[in-house]
Parts: sequence; C-alpha cells; structure tokens
Amino acid sequence: MDIDLPIALILGQDGIINGAIYALLALAILLVFTVTRVLMIPQGEFVAFGALTMAALQAGQPARLVWLLAALAVAEAIADLIVLRTRRQGAQVTFSALLVKLAYPFVLAALLYNLPTATLPMPVQAMFTLAIIVPMGPQIYRLFFQPIASAPSLILLIAAIAVDVSLVGVSLFVFGPESASTAPFSEASFEFGSVNVSSQALWVVGSALALIVALWLFFSHTLHGKALRAAAVNRTGATLMGISPVFAGKASFLLATLLGALSGILIAPITPISFDSGFVISLKGFVGAIIGGLISYPLAAAGALAVGLIEAFAAFWASSYKEVIVFTLIIPFLLWRSLTRHTLEEEE
Amino acid sequence: MLKKALFALAAAALVTSAAAQIKVGVVSSATGPAAAIGVPQKNTVSLLPKIIAGYTVDYQILVDGGDPTAAVSATKKLIGEQQVDVIFANTTVPNTIAMIPFAADSGTPMIAPVGSMLVVAPMNAQKKWAFKTTQNDDVAAEILFAHMVKQGVKTLGVITTSDPYGGNWEKEAQRLAQQQGVRIVANEKFNRVDTSVTAQALKLVAAKPDAVLIAAPGAPSLLPHVALADRGYRGQIYQSHGAAMDLFRKQGGRKVEGAIVVGSMMMVLAEIPDSNPSKKVMREYVTAYEKAFGEASPFGSQAYDAGLLFANAVPAAAQKAKPGTPEFRAALRDALEATRDLVGTQGRYTMSPQDHSGMDRKGAAELMTIRNGQWTRAR
Repeated sequence: MDIDLPIALILGQDGIINGAIYALLALAILLVFTVTRVLMIPQGEFVAFGALTMAALQAGQPARLVWLLAALAVAEAIADLIVLRTRRQGAQVTFSALLVKLAYPFVLAALLYNLPTATLPMPVQAMFTLAIIVPMGPQIYRLFFQPIASAPSLILLIAAIAVDVSLVGVSLFVFGPESASTAPFSEASFEFGSVNVSSQALWVVGSALALIVALWLFFSHTLHGKALRAAAVNRTGATLMGISPVFAGKASFLLATLLGALSGILIAPITPISFDSGFVISLKGFVGAIIGGLISYPLAAAGALAVGLIEAFAAFWASSYKEVIVFTLIIPFLLWRSLTRHTLEEEE
Repeated sequence: MLKKALFALAAAALVTSAAAQIKVGVVSSATGPAAAIGVPQKNTVSLLPKIIAGYTVDYQILVDGGDPTAAVSATKKLIGEQQVDVIFANTTVPNTIAMIPFAADSGTPMIAPVGSMLVVAPMNAQKKWAFKTTQNDDVAAEILFAHMVKQGVKTLGVITTSDPYGGNWEKEAQRLAQQQGVRIVANEKFNRVDTSVTAQALKLVAAKPDAVLIAAPGAPSLLPHVALADRGYRGQIYQSHGAAMDLFRKQGGRKVEGAIVVGSMMMVLAEIPDSNPSKKVMREYVTAYEKAFGEASPFGSQAYDAGLLFANAVPAAAQKAKPGTPEFRAALRDALEATRDLVGTQGRYTMSPQDHSGMDRKGAAELMTIRNGQWTRAR
C-alpha cells in the first residue's frame, strides 16, 4: 500500500511519542550502566509499576505495591543493622536514618489506605505513584547490587535478570493479569493541518524533552550530577576523589526508577499496560542505548527516537514482522560500532 | 516391637487414606503471557468439588508460565511423581498439544478448556485421551460471519494478535470469508504488549472495509478497537470471544459502543431465558466465583466445565476400579467418552468416540453488543 503525506504524518507522530518514551528509558539504562556497569534489565518493570499504580489509584483501589516498598525497606534495615553490628563500613549508616527509612513506607501505606485516592487531583496521584516507586531504586541497588558492586559484569547481568524476573512475578501478584489504562491528563486535541494531535501526545513529548533538559542541567551544573558523571567516566578515579561509589550507585538507580515510573505515568493514558508489558518497552529503549554504543547520551536518545519511528512505519508496511525489523536493527549497528571503534570501555 | 507395629499401622493408614483419594493434576498458565486466561482458570479449580462419590479429591496445581517445555515437564511430574488420575490442561493451545503424547503414553485422561479443535481432532490413538470444553473457535467465527452476511458485509479487515489465539482466528476468518464470499481487504497483526497499533489501524481504515474483525485474548482486544475509533472508522467492528469480558466494556467506554462480540452468555446472563439449562449452572458458578475472587471471567467458566465433566465421570469409573490405578484411569476415560447430555456453564456436552468436544452447536455462544455502556444480546 502506498503511503501518502497525511498517513506519514500520523505514523511519524506515533513514532515520536513511542520514541520519546524509549529515549527516556535508553537514558536511564545508559546512566545506570555507565555508573554501575549493571545492565538495567528491570527498567521496564518500573514503567509497568508506574502505569498500573496510577491506574489502581484512579480506580480507588489501594496501591498494594506499597507493600513491596515496605518489604524492601525491612530487608534493607536488616542488612543495615548487620553492617552496624560488624562496623565494616563505619559511619555510612546511622540509627536514626535507618528508622526514618523504615517508617516511610508504612506512613505512605497509612495515607494511601485512608485517602480517597480516586478523587484526588491527577498531579497528586502522580506524586503518590512516584513516592511509592522511586525509593525502590536505591533499595534494589542497596540489597542486590551494592554487595556485588565489584563483581564481573556477567554476574551483575545475571543478578539484574534475577531481579527482573522477581519483579515481573510481584507485578502479576500485585496488579493481577489484566491490563489497565488511565484517564488522559486532558481531553483536548489540536489540528495541525491534516493531522490531529492529542494533548496527551504533547504531554509525552513535552515531558520527555523537559526531563532530558533537566537531566542535562543536573549533570552539567550540580555537584551531585558532576560526581555521578565522574563516577561514570572513571570509577576508581572518582573514588580516589572522594566520590562514594555507594552514593553513585544509589543515585543512578534513583534516577532510573524515576524515569521509568514517569514513562509509565505518561504512556498509561495512551495504551493499556499489563504486568508484563514493561520488558518489551525497555528492550526497545535498550536498542536505542546500543545504537548510542552504551556511551553517548545524545546518540542513545536519537537512537531510541529512530527505533520508535522505524517501529511505526514497519507496523504499517508489515505488521507481522514489526518486532523482527526493530530488533534486527541492532545487528548492523553493532557491526558498524565494532568495526569503527576499537574499545568502548576500559573494562576490568 | 510396639514401635515397629505402630509404625506399620501408621504406614498402612497412610496407604489407605491415599487410596481413598482421587488425584487431579492441573497444569496452569497462571503466570506468563497467558495469565489473563490462566489466573481465573486457576482460581476456578478451588471451586471444584472436594468430595466425589465418597472419595476426597486432591487438586495439584503446577504453573507452566505459558511455556510448552514447562508444561510438558509439569505433566511428567504429575504423572510420574504424583500418579494423578486425570490432568486438567488449564493452559494455552500449544502447551496442551505438547502435553497430549505424555498423557496418552501413561494412559491418563486429560481435559482442556481451550477453543481449538486441534486438541481433539483429527481423532487418533493419542487424542483418544484428550477431551475439551469450550465453544470452538470455528463455531464462534461462523456465528460472527453469519451476522456479517446478514448485514451485507462484502469487504472485511482483519486484525489479530501474533499468538496462537490470533493465528487460529485468522485462519478461521480466511476460511469463512472464502466460503461466504466476503473479501478480506486488509490483514494485520499486532502483539499483546504493543503500546500502539496506530499504524495497523491506519492501514485498515485506508482499505475501507465494510467491517473489521478483531481477535485478541482479553484486554488487548481493546487496543485496535480504540485505535480504529480514534482514526474515525465508521464501519461495524466485530470482536472474538476474547473481548467478552466486563473489562472491555468498562475500559473501552464510548469507543466500544455498538461492537458486535461473540462469546459466553456470562455477560448477558439476565437476558438469557430460564429455559436454557446452562443459565442455572452459569449463575451458580458466577455467584461462587464472585464470592471468593471478585469479578468472574468466561475463561474461568470453561475450566469449571472441565471440572463438571470430570465429576460426572468419576462415579461410573469408581465402580470399575480403585483410584490411583491404570484401570481407574482407563475407566475414567471411557466414562468421559460416555458423557451424555451434561449441562455445563456454556452448553450441553455429549461425547462420542469420534467427538471429544461434545458441545452442542446452538447453545455454544451468544452474539452480543454494547448499548449505552451495557452488554446486551444482539439481534
């Protein structure tokens, strides 16, 4: 079938919306990888968590995911207590900080179970969703990756896969097997020539751009951001300069879960998300990150956008082969990268 | 000495209690990609009778995660370690088909609540051990095509999921379209976890079909429907029984108004005449399920029928042999094949050596639509 301009414009719009989400995930995957060498396989699960928690809050159901946060907090407290006893890492853990961290999920749960979440304004629902999910990032780093931070990449990868498989299981248990979608941020839509653009599409693209700018500002203008960048460029050197690898790891996981959960909140009004939707979405972000050679942020974002666009057009021309086309993309890029560059990373 | 005697006594007691028990092995897809079907079916198992013909029934559930290899190893485990008397294949069609040879080799009857005739046809030495509940996809598709022909549909767009469910419907649609003189002008695919089907919807709309048929299991059936509505498609949209669920109506809202759906009578139970004997069985099932788990799903009622078939066959088999023996399993198979006029939630079952589906054609599925946001029978 021939493609004419209006169709191309609609496909382009569709591709850019998905591409914007993939770009956010690609940046998160890249950030975590450069700072901790962990390939963030569970990135997509935070997308599903974000979308499904938002949907649960809007349906007036208590967000049961808060109990995962509580379980992780208890596990973290136990791990910290063991550290306090053995005093191996000295002053990193204080008793009062430990209590605050332990109390946080239960306070949040008390709030969520007593507030009429369905009638809250949407930004408040979104804040609650983030309040539940974002702290999981540092918790997961503390529990599963910090103890093996200096292990070979392969072991980190296996641990990441294990975390992902567990999170998918938790997701099915907490949210059930059916997919859910949420109300759009606003119902309006705009006419640009022959193309009808929904306001949700603008929200997605606008938020993605704003987040990318915010990340850039964070990395170039704040001390914490610069410290993270330093840790990404050279871990040993950064440690010698007094940048704690534990801080860098937790911060990168925090940003990754934030980006993941926000992507979920943004995309949930456009498409129904189910407990296992996240993996494929983040896999496409991953393809974008690979195109960027797992090293360059702008290239990763551009690659992710390209994945979104190619996906949209591939679905139009040959919908049966859409995924094949998208994932086959990775091969020529890997070939090209390995032929033009000799070393990507001074690994081990 | 006394200790030894006591031990022997206890062991004997154990043996007899085990013998007074019928073991049912359930292979469930309650996790993984088919969880939307597997979870209600797994829940339904706990509603099945615990005592049949004086025997306690023990249901052993193993979860296969939707993976055929896991389904086969679960089957082997149930047969080899648990020595189950019957297997419920509450899983996907490919998994069920992979399980059949192992059930047949060990002489264990198997009941599968699936829509595909491939499980029981063509009949052979292995499929002799397999039985199925559930209206067949071909019958459901025929009902939809009959409606299309009545409405004068000449051209049809088809969009199905890239999985066995969608594949089976695509095949049925192609067969019936040729038979009924309907031309398929666009045939699209999408994935259950896709975030957008805009491209496929554009292509369907551009082909200007009189009607579009969507076949996807569960909530994903909404995605193309909403995309078509968003792209301003004005023709009639048909949905397979995968959409016959309350979630579809609630999440779809205005955009699914007027859809024609073929599916279980569960959605329109109040409108079904009391003369239909299945109504009472379905009502009992829905009440029991809602009390225990919340909103019922037609997929669960298919597994319930498997339980009914099994419970109906046990008394005859128990007269011939003791549970736990190969003779009992063979007798159970014979009794299942001899099922006559058993009323289930979805129709009346009458099995024969040639037909292990046994569902009568007329009670099999309802044609329904959504009017003013509510399910109602379509005419």
